[in-house]
Amino acid sequence: MTEPWWISLIKAFLIINLVMLAFAYTTLLERKLLGRMQLRYGPNRAGPYGSLQPIADLIKLIRKESFFPSSAIDLPYIVAPVISMFTALAAFSVIPFGAGWHLWHWHVDGEIANVSIALIVVFALGSLGIYGFIIGGWASESKYSLLGSMRTCAQLVSYEVSLALSVLGVVLMAGSLSLVDIVHKQGTTIPYAAPQVIGLLCFFVAGIAETNRAPFDLPEADTELVAGYHTEYSGMRWGLFQTAEYINMITLSALMVTLFFAGWHGPYAPLGPLWFFLKLLAVVSIFIWLKATLPRLRYDQLMRFGWKVLLPVATLNAVVTAALVVAF
Amino acid sequence: MAILERPAIYEGTRIPSPIPTVLQVPDELREGGDILQVNFGPNHPSTHGVLRLIVDLNGEEVVGLEAVIGYLHTGFEKNMEQKTWWKAITYPERIDYVAFQNNEYVFVAAIEKLLGLDIPPKAVWMRTLLNELNRLHSHLVWLGTSGLELGAISMFWYAFREREQILDLFELVTGYRMHTRYFQAGGLAEDVPRGFYPECRKFVEWMPKAIDDYEALLSRNEIWLERTKGIGLLSAEDAIALGQSGPVLRASGVDWDLRKAEPYLAYDQVDFDVPVYPNGDVYDRYKVHIDEMRQSVRIVAQCLDVLEGLEGEPWIVDDRKIVLPPREELHTSMESLIHHFKIVTEGYRVPEGEVYVAIEAPRGEMGCYVVSDGGPRPWRVKFRGTSFVALEATATCMSNALVADLIAIVGSLDTVMGEVDR
Repeated sequence: MTEPWWISLIKAFLIINLVMLAFAYTTLLERKLLGRMQLRYGPNRAGPYGSLQPIADLIKLIRKESFFPSSAIDLPYIVAPVISMFTALAAFSVIPFGAGWHLWHWHVDGEIANVSIALIVVFALGSLGIYGFIIGGWASESKYSLLGSMRTCAQLVSYEVSLALSVLGVVLMAGSLSLVDIVHKQGTTIPYAAPQVIGLLCFFVAGIAETNRAPFDLPEADTELVAGYHTEYSGMRWGLFQTAEYINMITLSALMVTLFFAGWHGPYAPLGPLWFFLKLLAVVSIFIWLKATLPRLRYDQLMRFGWKVLLPVATLNAVVTAALVVAF
Repeated sequence: MAILERPAIYEGTRIPSPIPTVLQVPDELREGGDILQVNFGPNHPSTHGVLRLIVDLNGEEVVGLEAVIGYLHTGFEKNMEQKTWWKAITYPERIDYVAFQNNEYVFVAAIEKLLGLDIPPKAVWMRTLLNELNRLHSHLVWLGTSGLELGAISMFWYAFREREQILDLFELVTGYRMHTRYFQAGGLAEDVPRGFYPECRKFVEWMPKAIDDYEALLSRNEIWLERTKGIGLLSAEDAIALGQSGPVLRASGVDWDLRKAEPYLAYDQVDFDVPVYPNGDVYDRYKVHIDEMRQSVRIVAQCLDVLEGLEGEPWIVDDRKIVLPPREELHTSMESLIHHFKIVTEGYRVPEGEVYVAIEAPRGEMGCYVVSDGGPRPWRVKFRGTSFVALEATATCMSNALVADLIAIVGSLDTVMGEVDR
């Protein structure tokens, strides 16, 4: 009952493009929502309601000269955004967005790749993506970039621990590392947001830090480090970094929907991917809302919070869940 | 901290401040070789214009700091010596371009002191009102940019929403949004237009709600508190030694406000409090700014009460040697025409003498020292720039600070580079 390879290929192609489209319109959504929260309109010139703005941005970025500092180290400097972009896109491949369908006499899965250790794959790819940020900042040979890189390194590595621990409860309850299994299990019982509310909160906070979003956007704190690790990047190379970041955010939101909000299952109608999309939209909007509201944390406060608050809470949550799972 | 020790260079000199304004990197750190020297500015997202800070970083920690100024030097004071007295009034506004009317007033007050003019009450009250509106304007700009610098980006737009209303009020009164040049030696340039009082009244009713909004967003926000409390400490002794004034001084626990200490305009006739906070950190400076905004609204409301009863009163002294005659008289009166011609071409002459006038501008004591040689131009004009003085406290505040604190501290000192460099 597996799907033929060419269906996977077509699906992968479609999903990559859909994710890219989602990224483009996330930027528009962010600018629109931020604008509304800040007594502005946001982009409204390119197309109706500014709907062509992402396209215009893309054209502008591609046409822009991608110059780089003469002291930059060529190869890592150019490869860094590619690494980030690649891992960001690859991580989405294991996210299930539908139950799977029968088209004529072929079976189509609701995800690109059904991996039995999907959760680990997502985290592994996320960790690899950090290399892009670190290498990019380091290869730029700029002090601001270096500082940004240092912050990225420290922040992402510390919060990844909490992020992984916070989902342990879900894994224990579902008894599987496969995201498809986790969603199926939630479909038959309840979304894990209810029993794993502490895990959810930990995951959300760590996730914000993982994706460099406010209030944890220290690696690119514009008022401190100009633009952090991508200070010296311009044109589409900068665009790739930006794309990687937004796709990371989308992937993380998708992971959150999958792990805690029952993925494509919805309360009323079996809409499948549409439910998934709506939940994703809600989570992404919360990310944007936070950016409009909260000031930025300081570096030491961030580290303190990560190691002294988030990590113990996430660990405790995992331990308690494990005890309860064994007990019942 | 090493900073409080008195270096030998100050021994026996007449340099007023015993506290160095540069943060030196300790030698043992310097020898370690792990110091990263970074230029913050003159082009940087949060240097309030063109402030350049040479910062030595040990990881994230700021261990050395030196401010380099002069990127916005425009020669205002020298320029003013080349202009007649009444044309020179346009310059002070551009020195501190956020608190323009206060600067304008301090220079006009200096001229008036030299001339020995007695200002009609309507002008006095209107000047008080506009100075307070301008204080609100300045504090709003401060609040917005400080919020932005600490990452509370929406604060910027909320603060600028009310700033916009204030600018609209300025436009209604003076025809111009910034750099209004509405104060004339002797009073006001024009009568207060009809419709200003109701509009201003609306604003006075709205503004306290807006301040509540700001506080709702920041004052109980855990991250904001973490970022501001205990950061950038400046003790009362250091603040006085460094010549601080205004919100920076009052946040260090010193109850000193020229509006109370040496009342000018109508400040002795209005009812207001001077907020003083004891800790001298960024948070207290923020609280002083917020509280001062509330007090300014109170003062504006009281000024409105008085001004509404002064409808039809003169707004400028009736002295034809200094004040332009009414336009309509030029068609009928030869003398008026001559006066008009003389004032516009040569300008009025100000008796010989020197004078220092100080007011409580939004950033603190704004002083204006003017020397007249009896001619139609000022012989020397010198301003005491509050931002310049505040900037001197940067290094003292910077004990055990991280990069993020550096931004918060420089922001909290509320420096306007136009005023620093002049």
